[in-house]
Amino acid sequence: MTALAERVRWAPRLAAGPAAGTWIALGLVVLLAAAIVTARGGDYLTQANLLNMLSRTTVLGIVAVGQTIAILAGSLDLSVAYLIGLTSLIAAEIMAGDPAMIGPAVLAVLAASALVGLVNGLVITKLQVNAFIATLGVGLVIKGILESRYEGPAGSVPVLFQRLGYDRIGPIPVSVLLMLAVAGAAALFLHRTRPGHHVYAVGGNVEVARLSGVPTTRTTVLAHVICSLCAGVAGLYLASRLGAGAPYVGTDGGYDLESIAAVVLGGTVLAGGRGGVSGTVAGVLLLAVLDNLFDQLVLDAFFKDVVRGAVIILAVAVYARRQLRARAQRAVRVPR
Amino acid sequence: MRALRDRVGAAAPVFGVLLLLLVAIAVVNPSFLEPASLLAYLKRAAPLAILAVGQYFVIVSGEFDLSVGSLVTVQVVVAARLIDGDESATLPVIVLLVGLGLLVGLANGLITTRLHVPSFVTTLGMLLVLSGAVFLWTGGAPRGSLSQAFRVPGRQGIDIPGFGQVPWSALILIAVAAGAAVLMRSAWGHTLVATGDNDRAAVLAGVPVARVRTTAFVLSALAATVAAILLGGFAGVSAQVGEGLEFSAITAVVLGGVVLGGGRGSVLAALAGALVLEALFTLLNLLGVSGALESTVQGVIIIAAVAYAARRAGRRRRPPVPEPTPQPA
Repeated sequence: MTALAERVRWAPRLAAGPAAGTWIALGLVVLLAAAIVTARGGDYLTQANLLNMLSRTTVLGIVAVGQTIAILAGSLDLSVAYLIGLTSLIAAEIMAGDPAMIGPAVLAVLAASALVGLVNGLVITKLQVNAFIATLGVGLVIKGILESRYEGPAGSVPVLFQRLGYDRIGPIPVSVLLMLAVAGAAALFLHRTRPGHHVYAVGGNVEVARLSGVPTTRTTVLAHVICSLCAGVAGLYLASRLGAGAPYVGTDGGYDLESIAAVVLGGTVLAGGRGGVSGTVAGVLLLAVLDNLFDQLVLDAFFKDVVRGAVIILAVAVYARRQLRARAQRAVRVPR
Repeated sequence: MRALRDRVGAAAPVFGVLLLLLVAIAVVNPSFLEPASLLAYLKRAAPLAILAVGQYFVIVSGEFDLSVGSLVTVQVVVAARLIDGDESATLPVIVLLVGLGLLVGLANGLITTRLHVPSFVTTLGMLLVLSGAVFLWTGGAPRGSLSQAFRVPGRQGIDIPGFGQVPWSALILIAVAAGAAVLMRSAWGHTLVATGDNDRAAVLAGVPVARVRTTAFVLSALAATVAAILLGGFAGVSAQVGEGLEFSAITAVVLGGVVLGGGRGSVLAALAGALVLEALFTLLNLLGVSGALESTVQGVIIIAAVAYAARRAGRRRRPPVPEPTPQPA
């Protein structure tokens, strides 16, 4: 038990390593972008530009925060993109333009997301299906539902709810506050609650966690429920932004693989147990800054993907190097 | 002997399921049993089956290859643009495609093994790079056209007197299957499985783990090249030709009873997994399940198949060791 306590207490602190690296990289890239844009006669650090960048990170940010928790628990979720499409439709169809139905619609979305998360978690833990296959399968099930029921955008969102997507409090868009709230809640959950610590324990070593009395099944299921809830919130936000539900809004955004990429970029280890929400937020912002820079330079949209792919590989290679060096310093030989 | 029993044991269900599905198709549509329609089925299934063989090498070595779908798209789009209807360009372009495949596989393998980047991330990054690069190059829409000669392997066959036409793709599939089966029985095949089973033990036993894994990635990329040539001929040029193929290939491999994480499963079972997927689509089509619900059925079946395999694996091993959530590392 003491070993576990030790491990759990250490987990958030270990996370500071790569996350700090991502924040530093983010700062450097912002400076670089500012320098490039200024040199070309533009004005980079304007409020409008910064806010534009921030609000475009909202969806990926929310999804990636949820994905972080799934990955920390040693799992991953490939079903989020389809779930986002589904929840945007649930929201828009229940609201059907009626402000009075906002409450029920939000509840229905959260319930549906929680259900999907529950199914993901139970398939992984009870049926012993690999997380990759389980969530891919659940994603396919949702895809089939979307394809058979919808041909395009459906439902409509009342103006009141659209304000979530467009309003500002002072200079700050509500959507940015929403993302920060989700990230903050996730960080609190991970670092300040018992189930949050259990997530690290299960992701670190499920067998050790089980033997130490951690309810591993419940923890994995909970991680998936939270991940799906985040996707549901992203679906709500997109519905408010589009004014309707759209079946392919999640897959077109590529939020499944992109969110995993952002998490990894943020220094969270894909195998689970190490990392945190802070790094993920930095990773999402880093991707947004790069995107924004390319927009300002009027570079081809497809060029972004090329750079994005290269940056992700490079970042993880750097983390891996650092980890290897740290391990070597502890004089443990790790052949590979 | 136990290894043999294990191998057959792990593989048997998928062949049974395949047989069941084929019988079911034949019941719904008796003409399916005619050689011509059986061969047409093989022809449809060939690209995915070949991708599954390539993916098998990577998965059994304990890794993932998410880049094959975008590689297929890249190969088809590049071929169309470079050939642009010019028959004489066919052969040089095919050589170039093979070279491109080699390069992509080598990059995947070297980044994964030498830079210690998890293959999930490596190949995800490669997916982004490839799809971005090809669209950057073509400006968003594929241009050009394939030559007749390029389309032959995917579209045509050889006439055998008294039997009818045997599609080239079916022959290529059989050749790939035979080659893969021989390879997996060779010393290299054994080191590949050993690497996936326990790479540390393999290193200590003198296996050049990094080289073996890199070769697996190269084979997967080459399989994607062959699949691209078949698909280009069969389905034509589009920017969506490879979409989602990486997930279908991984699904096929897993349906074949190959364990994600490496070390267990046979290559022919992985190939049979692809045939099962294609048979499933054929059957759903015949039963009039709307194309849309196809993915739902597919999703349920994948989960059920893997859950069933996990139960069997759990029962065979004693004491039952509950599998931790496997790591895509």
